Amino acid sequence: MSVTLDIKLKRANKVYHEGETVAGVVTLCCKEPLQHNGIALSMDGIVNLQLSSKSVGVFEAFYNSVKPIPLISSSIEVAKAGKIPGGKTEIPFEFPLISKGNKVLYETYHGVFVNIQYTLRCDLKRPLLAKDLSRSCEFIVHSQPQKSKIVPTPVKFSITPETLQNVRERSQLPLFLIRGHLDATSCVISQPLTGEVQVDKSDVPIKSIELQLVRVETCGCAEGYARDATEIQNIQIAEGDVGHGMPIPVHMVFPRLFTCPTLETTNFKVEFEINVVVILQDDHLITENFPLKLCRV
Amino acid sequence: MASVQWRSRGRNYEAELQRCHPEGLPVEFGDYHPLKPIMVTDTKTRRGARKGSTSSSSSSSSSAPVDPLSSMLDGTDPLSMFAATETSAAASHSSSVGDLGRKRRVKEEEALGADFEPWSTKRGEILARFTTTEKLSINLCMGSDRGKAPNPGSSAVSEKVRTRLEELDDLEEGSHRELLNLSQQDYANRIEELNQSLKEAWSSDQKVKALKIVIQCSKLLSDTSVIQFYPSKFVLITDILDTFGRLVYDRIWTMCSDPRPLPDSFTVEDVNDTAKETCLNWFFKIASIRELLPRLYVEAAILKCNRFLSKSGIQETLPRLTAMIRGMGDPLVAAYARAYLCRVGMEVAPHLKESLNANVFDLLATFRQISGDSVQKQLHLQKVEVPAYLMLYSPAINWILQCVAYRAPEPLLTEMMERCKMMANNALLLNSIMRAFRPEFVATRATDFIGMIKDCDESGFPKHLLYGSLGRSLACADPPESERLTILNEAWKVITKVRNPQDYMNCAEIWVEFTCRHFAKREVNTVLADIIKHMTPDRAFEEAYPQLQSVIRKILTYFHDFSVLFSMERFLPFLDMFQKDSVRVEVCKSIMEVFIKHQLELTRDPVILNAMLHICKTMHDSVNALTLEDEKRSLALLIIGFIRMVSFGRDFEQQLSFCVEARATFCNLEPVLVQLIHTVNQLAMETRMVMKGNHSRKTAAFVRACAAYCFITIPSLSSIFSRLHLYLLSGQVALANQCLSQADAFLKAAVSVLPEVPRSISVEGKLRSSESFLLDFINNFLATLLVVPDHPEHGVLYLVRGLLNMVQDYTWEDNSDAKVRIYISALPLLAAMSQETYLYSIHKVDSNETLYGGDPKFLSEINKLCETLIGQILDHLKTLTRDEQSMRRQSALAFSLFGVLLAHGDLKNNKLSQLSINLWNLSHKHGHSETRVSIRTLESIRHQAQRPDMAHLSDTIQRLALQSRT
Repeated sequence: MSVTLDIKLKRANKVYHEGETVAGVVTLCCKEPLQHNGIALSMDGIVNLQLSSKSVGVFEAFYNSVKPIPLISSSIEVAKAGKIPGGKTEIPFEFPLISKGNKVLYETYHGVFVNIQYTLRCDLKRPLLAKDLSRSCEFIVHSQPQKSKIVPTPVKFSITPETLQNVRERSQLPLFLIRGHLDATSCVISQPLTGEVQVDKSDVPIKSIELQLVRVETCGCAEGYARDATEIQNIQIAEGDVGHGMPIPVHMVFPRLFTCPTLETTNFKVEFEINVVVILQDDHLITENFPLKLCRV
Repeated sequence: MASVQWRSRGRNYEAELQRCHPEGLPVEFGDYHPLKPIMVTDTKTRRGARKGSTSSSSSSSSSAPVDPLSSMLDGTDPLSMFAATETSAAASHSSSVGDLGRKRRVKEEEALGADFEPWSTKRGEILARFTTTEKLSINLCMGSDRGKAPNPGSSAVSEKVRTRLEELDDLEEGSHRELLNLSQQDYANRIEELNQSLKEAWSSDQKVKALKIVIQCSKLLSDTSVIQFYPSKFVLITDILDTFGRLVYDRIWTMCSDPRPLPDSFTVEDVNDTAKETCLNWFFKIASIRELLPRLYVEAAILKCNRFLSKSGIQETLPRLTAMIRGMGDPLVAAYARAYLCRVGMEVAPHLKESLNANVFDLLATFRQISGDSVQKQLHLQKVEVPAYLMLYSPAINWILQCVAYRAPEPLLTEMMERCKMMANNALLLNSIMRAFRPEFVATRATDFIGMIKDCDESGFPKHLLYGSLGRSLACADPPESERLTILNEAWKVITKVRNPQDYMNCAEIWVEFTCRHFAKREVNTVLADIIKHMTPDRAFEEAYPQLQSVIRKILTYFHDFSVLFSMERFLPFLDMFQKDSVRVEVCKSIMEVFIKHQLELTRDPVILNAMLHICKTMHDSVNALTLEDEKRSLALLIIGFIRMVSFGRDFEQQLSFCVEARATFCNLEPVLVQLIHTVNQLAMETRMVMKGNHSRKTAAFVRACAAYCFITIPSLSSIFSRLHLYLLSGQVALANQCLSQADAFLKAAVSVLPEVPRSISVEGKLRSSESFLLDFINNFLATLLVVPDHPEHGVLYLVRGLLNMVQDYTWEDNSDAKVRIYISALPLLAAMSQETYLYSIHKVDSNETLYGGDPKFLSEINKLCETLIGQILDHLKTLTRDEQSMRRQSALAFSLFGVLLAHGDLKNNKLSQLSINLWNLSHKHGHSETRVSIRTLESIRHQAQRPDMAHLSDTIQRLALQSRT
């Protein structure tokens, strides 16, 4: 006897804000009437922290992972023990999305060392000899819009051999002048990052210009804190020997789930940076780094 | 042999004619007529007939005839009903929606206007033009160079999300493949395979795989190895992108057409959340594509989907994508990316002109790069010349400029031109401007353009191509009157300096049209002379026949006056350059066709005649043993068309000598000879008309010459029936012109040819018995013989006897009554000959009636001949008793002989009367006669018997019994 259990949210994009009601239906599909011992639905929101093996030892990383931080947890009984008729049954439900106490509902974020995730979980208990069924479904929480006004703080940059740090042999560097600007370093997460890059001069032809979006995750724990920067995505904005003096647009859409408004709590931090990477045809790699502040309006 | 005595019935033709009261019988309408269309005025619609209800056949009488088929189809037709439900209900079925989507697209393209030349026409042209023999490679590394996985999959990420990400980021390692050493055809096939697998992946719901394929394909566009093939590669790959764009759009469109299909002019509000979310997902996915080129192309491919998300989406996206192209280092790749963007932009939002213009300006900015080191290095590596490399740009630039110029205001075009001037008159760009902008625009500024072309630097882009493009515009639109000559002079100055004959010819061909359009004979002649000068050395014309032919075609479209055309000194020498037979004939044919179409007046212009004779002779001389029958026919038709247009007016002698010349020239084409004979016969008749039937000595000699012409021409024809008919016709003409001995000779010749008639001839490729043709001819011949006077040196009725002897000796088909039928039809002739005045006669020719003056000896001679004939017929009738078939024939023959006797025999004579009654009985003996005909015949006899001189017939009627039907 096959039963399928599914949770369907009313909103197609599954995005909810604090204070709203998460509504949807639990659907059950079975050919014959189904005996059960109750259907329960629970909503959980947790922050998972993991220490990177770089900051602490491999084993410590495994054992010492920081305890998850619960953000929200509640459950309701959707149906009492009984029988469900054959065919398709839809049981509607509603959950108010309200945090307990003074806890803040952080925005959903999928990272490497920090994960903030909200799930709905439906359990169907069945009598002896039949396996209990369960189904979970992630929904996305967007934090409340920021109240304070955002100052875009544009930034101009100009890269020449002289401005570089971390150079081993400065004398071997070819001559180049790359200028540009970012329209904002305080970005609205739903708007793309924009700006322009312009190659004014370069002795060696350009091979590629890329935008690298980097997350910087910091986890605090008993032993101190670990801070790690990893790449989220890398987008090429120029390929080959681009024309000199022509402004090339910088444009990057912040990927959903993998970015969230810059977050700073007592236990962990999630920050973002952008790298403008210029690769020359002789494989010189020139990087200019800009910290970003993401927020939601 | 039971001798029969023949007496011809005396006839008074005039009285008979009057009796036949010429006032026409009124035809009564409204009665039954077999040819009247069948009108259905009462139709029974079969509505609901299938239900089997008794009252189903409701009858409705309508004034207009109702087509029973169409009445079946109005709504109740099960097939159309089924189709209707299918289209509405099966909207979820992707394929049918694809069709719908296509229809929609067609409609939107119409919004663009029919005057916009669509991409599809360019497509094939590009594929045909940019080819390569070099080996190509496809590098489909599904894994790309993303070795480092940025997501060391933390457990918190849900399973589904992670797999999605992995698929998108780094694709199965196994699918990395590189296909080397592909020929161009292989390459195209591979791309088509990818197109198929894209569709398959899509239909099997593997959307991620589909996206992967598209990304990989568009990545191929950044590969510029084998650069000559790049434009074709672009065409092939953008096909895939188009498919993808269509698939995505149609899918999202289906998602929102759940209750009912979305209207064409839907707004964002009509789109439901799920569809929006799916659409948004696509855009997010594409935004995270690492490489620039695929990101750009794929987003452009689904540009139209922006309609689902916001009103201004397309408007915002286009400029962004346009700017994005600046990041592309290779100018060729960038140019084609722009072309694609313009193409999609024109399709989706033709009103958004700004980004098109921006594209042009960015494109101009990249021109510097062409002369840059990277490009030069690449060209050197691939061993491609700069001009060839520049040509690779032309499809892209042409397309972009075409988009910009489409319904663009004049100032914009002027601005473009100014910009181009600022670019130091970049030849490549100038070329594209002339090609893409409206011809009228180019034409009014032709002098400016010439100046700009002059200023262009010679290196890189050859100038003759520029002049070619200019010429193309000028061929469709007129430059200001005053500048025309300068334009031609300036252009031709450059064209004539082009060394390579092929290049020269390509350019000259275009400018011929301009010259023909605006100038007269003198200029065209000069141009022709120049072409001859260029093409003659080293027989360069051999390589340029198509272009030379097109030159001729263009001249012929503008010059319809052939006296002007042929008075061009260089026209015929130009024709002489066509030395390959097939091409030469082709050209001659095209000239002849125009001649026949446009030469409306008869001509005697010696220039035209000489030239046309020359051309016709060329066509004629191409005929050989291998020439197809159809080809011969068409050539003959063209030559005949020419001969018919020749007339020397009253100068008949010259006309005849023309015919003599023509005969010598066109001896291999029989239809032409036939036409010539007709022409000469007509000439003789015209002479007669001019002399009003009374020939002077000179004209008599002339018509005799005409007869002689015919007489010696006819034997050279191979078709026996043409020969016979022409002999007869010429004989008649000779007789009409009082050339008795000539007429005699013609008729004698016809009789002597008769034995050669084969038993079967081929008619339209099928072998058919010649008997019916022969019978027709002989009947015609007999009718002519009435007026032919006997030859004084030969016996009485010399020709008739000769003919009849011939008929007797001819080997007729077995079981054929043809011989007897001829005998039967000879009887009326003989009867007519024995009259005092003949039924018809020829002016100024004395027939036998006057020659013999009713001499009893002559009459008895005729009667004897008749008796012999009747005897022969009766003998034949006797043999026809073997079987049913022959009895039927016997009955028919007997009846027709009866008819002849009745009409022409003197039935007062008892013997004849008895014979006729016997024949009647014979024909009715076995019941094979047609009763209706018999009854009619009896009625007619009864009618005749009422006349006083025919009273004897009433006796006969008494004895003609109608056989009762058994």
